[in-house]
Amino acid sequence: MLHFLARRLAGLLALLLVVSFVFFAMLRLGRGDPALDYLRLAQIPPTDAALAHARAALRLDRPLVEQYLSWLMDALRLDFGRSWFTGRPVAEEIAHYLPATLQLAGAAIGVMILFGVPLGIWAAVRRDRWPDQVTRAVVFLGVSLPNFWLAFLLVLLFAVTLGWLPAIGRDGPASIILPAIATATMSACVMLRLVRASVLSAMGEPHLRFARARGLPRCTILGRHIALNAMVPPMTMLGLHVGELLGGAMVVETVFAWPGIGRWALLAISNRDYPALQGFVLAMTAVFVLCNLVVDLVHAWLDPRVRLGLPA
Amino acid sequence: MTGWRIRVALTIVGVLALAALLAPWIAPFPPDETDLANRLQGPSPLHWLGTDHLGRDLLSRLIWGARASLAAVAAILALVLVIGCVVGITAGLVGGRVDAFLMRVCEGFMTVPTLVLALFMIGALGTGLVNVVVAIALSHWAYYARLVRATTVSLRNLDYVVAARIAGLTRLGVVRRHVLPVLGGQLAVLASLDLGHWMLHVAGLSFLGLGLAPPAPEWGIMINDARPFFRVAPMLILLPGAAILLTVMAFNLLGDALRDDLDPALAGHAA
Repeated sequence: MLHFLARRLAGLLALLLVVSFVFFAMLRLGRGDPALDYLRLAQIPPTDAALAHARAALRLDRPLVEQYLSWLMDALRLDFGRSWFTGRPVAEEIAHYLPATLQLAGAAIGVMILFGVPLGIWAAVRRDRWPDQVTRAVVFLGVSLPNFWLAFLLVLLFAVTLGWLPAIGRDGPASIILPAIATATMSACVMLRLVRASVLSAMGEPHLRFARARGLPRCTILGRHIALNAMVPPMTMLGLHVGELLGGAMVVETVFAWPGIGRWALLAISNRDYPALQGFVLAMTAVFVLCNLVVDLVHAWLDPRVRLGLPA
Repeated sequence: MTGWRIRVALTIVGVLALAALLAPWIAPFPPDETDLANRLQGPSPLHWLGTDHLGRDLLSRLIWGARASLAAVAAILALVLVIGCVVGITAGLVGGRVDAFLMRVCEGFMTVPTLVLALFMIGALGTGLVNVVVAIALSHWAYYARLVRATTVSLRNLDYVVAARIAGLTRLGVVRRHVLPVLGGQLAVLASLDLGHWMLHVAGLSFLGLGLAPPAPEWGIMINDARPFFRVAPMLILLPGAAILLTVMAFNLLGDALRDDLDPALAGHAA
């Protein structure tokens, strides 16, 4: 297990290094002169002297690789520079805004599991009968809904008309319910279909005949022999959908005035705040990659074939 | 069995495409004609769906909105297919170090959540519909390149392809005669399943204010524009959203039907 973990971690670090360099290069080679953006955000008049000074201070006059290496050295100490717009350290700002987004994405994962797993099992057990047909229709609608529009519908129904839940803000546990539902709906629907397919394929396994022959009760067979075995594909999908959820959370945040990283990132985009953008994309990628590492570890723990690197 | 789904989906997409193409002639009003005396009106014989906060005709803006959305999705489709095929076929046919390098690049792109990557690209390129299209295409091409490469590699060593090579067919000839026809079906399935997804990305990024600038008629912007009037005139948000929903459902219906028809092995998998 330790060997497996070490191998995965080494691969991930290498990948993060490559990704960070590609992003660094993209920002530097992208449109416009970073020094001009810097002066604009710092509200310094762009005279020739000021430009030259900014270029030297930001090390923009150095070769790209040298710029990257000096950024990387700082980044390894978790110093991502200062935002050109607010002047505060990027690492501090991310640490300030990211937890709310992670909380929202985490709640969305909860909604996904609560909605997708039981209904998926139900649809599989009652295959081609009405529960299956109804969930099929719900899923079809759910994967087509724009999450920000769904957010407005939820506010209109549960906050404005019924007055059950708060419409905006992050104030107490009730305030996370609507944003989490809006963020999770699409992934929850995909989850439901995957659980259904996975349970159906687990139901065809030959060892179930033996379990039934031994006289095990139906609910034991369903719970221990079918459902548990069927959870591996949905779990892998959960890891991949963390990216979807993080992106969705950032859009939904703007509707609910949820104080997460989405609005901060939007500000960084419209200001062309280079250090903030760089820190943002790296932080989100790190979260995504770490979640998938956790999923892989659980997968390896459940399935020895994965742990030992054997073909499944 | 699946015939009706394709017909329904194509009818909806066809009607939307017609509306988009003919917008200047069928829209009852110019999309940006303001009429402050008649702002936030409900449906009337003059304005079938009512007017927005500047007195602009909602129906006309919805019709014009189909343009930006469909054009954006079509452009993303073209970009993703071209980049995916060029990279995938190159990696698959050339092999060796080139293949290894290109596949590492793909992995790198797939490591970043697609919407995060798109947001970052827009940060690097600047806002605007063209940049939104480029950003979404750049955050999705890697999945296509991987599929194209896998198919190319599996075809490259088949006896009839090797025989064609020995008979003097060039590498490009192999691509044209033997690789592209096989890829056509696979890419049609994968792409039609993704069209709705891209549409949602375009709408979401427009809603965030990163696409076209506000006076332009576009569904995502219309929703964002109407936010202050949400409680007085919810239709201004509900109708553009319903237009997005309808389009995405049509794309998804098409994707599901094509998948079941062309790729029976995948039939019944997750939506």
